[in-house]
Amino acid sequence: MTWLRTHVFSTDHKVIGKQYISLAFFSVALGIMLSLIMRFHLIRPDAKIGWFALLWPTGATGGIMTPELYLSLMTIHGTLMVFFVLTTAPQGGFGNYFLPLQIGAPDMAFPVLNMLSFWTTFLALLTLLAAFFVEGGAPLGGWTAYPPLSALGQIAGPGQGLGMDCWIVSIALFSIASLMGAINFITTVLDMRTQGMDLMRMPLTCWGWFITAIISLLAFGVLLAAGLLLLMDRNLGTSFFLPAGLVVSDQLQNHSGGSPILWQHLFWFFGHPEVYIAILPGMGIVSTVLSVFSRKPIFGYKAMVFAMFAIALLGFLVWGHHMFISGMSPYSAMTFSVLTLAVGVPSAIKTFNWLGTIWGGDLHFTPAMLFALGFVSVFVSGGLTGLFLGQPAIDLYFHDTYFVVGHFHMIMGVAAIFAMFSAMYYWFPKMHGRMMNAPLGHVHFYLTFLGVYAIFIPMHFLGIMGAPRRYSDFKELEFLADAGVLQKFTTHSAYFTAAVQLIFFGNYFYAKRRGPAAEVNPWRATTLEWQPSSRPEVHRGPDVYSLPGAREDFVMQQDKK
Amino acid sequence: MTHVHTQSKQLGMWLFLISDTLTFSTFLVCYAYARLANPNWPTPFEFSPGVLTAMLMTLILLTSSLTMVFAVQSMRDGERPVATRWLAATILCGIAFIVLHATEWRHLWQIEKVATSGNPWGVPLFGATFFALTGLHMLHVAGGVIYLSVIAIAVARGKFSTEDVETSGLYWHFVDLVWMFIFPLVYLMSVKA
Ligand code: HEM
Ligand SMILES: [Cu+2]
Repeated sequence: MTWLRTHVFSTDHKVIGKQYISLAFFSVALGIMLSLIMRFHLIRPDAKIGWFALLWPTGATGGIMTPELYLSLMTIHGTLMVFFVLTTAPQGGFGNYFLPLQIGAPDMAFPVLNMLSFWTTFLALLTLLAAFFVEGGAPLGGWTAYPPLSALGQIAGPGQGLGMDCWIVSIALFSIASLMGAINFITTVLDMRTQGMDLMRMPLTCWGWFITAIISLLAFGVLLAAGLLLLMDRNLGTSFFLPAGLVVSDQLQNHSGGSPILWQHLFWFFGHPEVYIAILPGMGIVSTVLSVFSRKPIFGYKAMVFAMFAIALLGFLVWGHHMFISGMSPYSAMTFSVLTLAVGVPSAIKTFNWLGTIWGGDLHFTPAMLFALGFVSVFVSGGLTGLFLGQPAIDLYFHDTYFVVGHFHMIMGVAAIFAMFSAMYYWFPKMHGRMMNAPLGHVHFYLTFLGVYAIFIPMHFLGIMGAPRRYSDFKELEFLADAGVLQKFTTHSAYFTAAVQLIFFGNYFYAKRRGPAAEVNPWRATTLEWQPSSRPEVHRGPDVYSLPGAREDFVMQQDKK
Repeated sequence: MTHVHTQSKQLGMWLFLISDTLTFSTFLVCYAYARLANPNWPTPFEFSPGVLTAMLMTLILLTSSLTMVFAVQSMRDGERPVATRWLAATILCGIAFIVLHATEWRHLWQIEKVATSGNPWGVPLFGATFFALTGLHMLHVAGGVIYLSVIAIAVARGKFSTEDVETSGLYWHFVDLVWMFIFPLVYLMSVKA
């Protein structure tokens, strides 16, 4: 009973943080496996694989994967990664664990709500995975679930029946869980800071979690509503997202009056802010790590905070850039385009401030630092391609091609994952009291860094050649006849990069049991989580490094002198 | 958990209400969209009994907000038994609202043959938006009745502080406020010309 209370239904923010991280570990492992199967299929579409047939008797009869099966794997891959990895670990995981510690709070503001939020997320994950086992299998609509095909049921394809319902319910549950989390984070930051911890003395990590929570609070309420309406279209015969005269599978659908574009608006009103939900905690982590391992204060702390707010605000005004080809008026497209490119300004401010932070610093290339630097690199690479996509005329060509796939994997997938690696290497000593192996961490970083560029840069070229995304097979597309080499290269890079992650997992699990014991403050950092007493009074901001005349080269936030 | 000051609970409630506003707004946006996209939107509600019932429901909710204010005031004055009675009055108003609403739904369903998928006046989205909006609101009222019951029982037993009652009051007033949007937009704008 007590075991259940302390380890399973615990209300302790540290336990809940670790639970979120475990959930993300599981999801990312599954998500990677699905992507490897997809990449394999793309270069060998006709391969007969015995165990495909075992796993998916209808989707891969005789071991040959159907396009529908490919799409269902893709849907679950995307949903797992965007929701259950990028939205859980950086915020619910590291945020839960370290926000209270860093602001000197005894716990989150609402510990029970915190627990409920995790278990609702868990339920959402189970519901999503259940889609694999119901009749028809997992849905085909991608992580965006566009109607009309997502609103009709089985007639729109296998997986669009019960599987799609599972998906929607899962996302609705996930939204509710995220809302609970957001309420908790915001309240904690506003109400639970220790003496002297003014808002402008918070580490940038806390700002990242705080602003992410604000975005979540505003975005997930909309996704929840949209999901409920989609469920009604499917199960109560309404037509919110369905126009008249729709013929699917040779049958006229008995709906009228609604519009699939309405879903696109609602989804992307959530969807674009969602990409910042995934990345802002990472930005906070990277800012802190860069400063610690450059032994320098953050360059432009205030500008960093301001830039995060600007990104959050602009993030709510640019959803239309996902819909340039939906037939919107050129004036709207123009407006969305200008606002989209405006996001580049705060993004650039952040990038320059990161460079300013390491400029002339006393750099310590620990694995955490390497991944933080890697984050800046992929953020720039991905951000530059965003500028192309934000231009309606260019996006007409690039939309729904592999160029987009390359772009968002770089800036959202890889960047956020790098931030998580950085966080894991950085906070491991605090979380587990032991040190991870640094040389292995170096190897892990360099190989991963090479690997992700090798996977995603070719995708941009494929996109420029016109390769459409969400296709299971390019055989019929003659203009891609020459692209086979790129495809093979991408797939093999993916195998390679996935294999490299075993180094990390090995290092992680070994260090957890056997790693050398860690000191209290192994990185000589200034923030409160690295000091022993529980609720100290705070006397300064987080970034006091290389102070002339100080005993050490840093002063902790609670130190008087 | 002792460290949760009740101040925090109110802040938490405000935050929840902000997100809930977004959820309701999404429904309202879809309703607005549906009306604009379907110029032949039906306006079938008779003044009596249709709109009259809705007005009565509005009145009941307004009353319940008032009784809620009294409940909070009595708590501030330290008069728990009085507060309990005002809370009970609020809950009764909530139940009366639900009963009236359910009767109305049943009438539309069985007599007028309005369903989520269609209705006798064309434009299937008429029924869809009607049931979606009022349904989501009714869920909130039902949730509020349960919430207030928990608070009322606790208050009667001498538990929970003024702030807890205030927090539940925030929720209740919000649910009333939402109705003040739904009433004109859904009912008054669909009165038979
Ligand atoms: C200056 C910064 C950025 C610009 C200008 C930009 C622009 C765009 C545009 C225009 C698209 C739509 C392309 C299309 O569908 O045809 C897009 C897609 C996407 N972007 Fe970005 N973006 C930026 C930053 C980010 C960031 C920071 C993230 C995540 C952390 C992100 C994640 C995504 C995702 C996930 C998609 C794909 C959505 C889908 O499935 O269609 N982007 N971006
Ligand atoms: Cu976007």
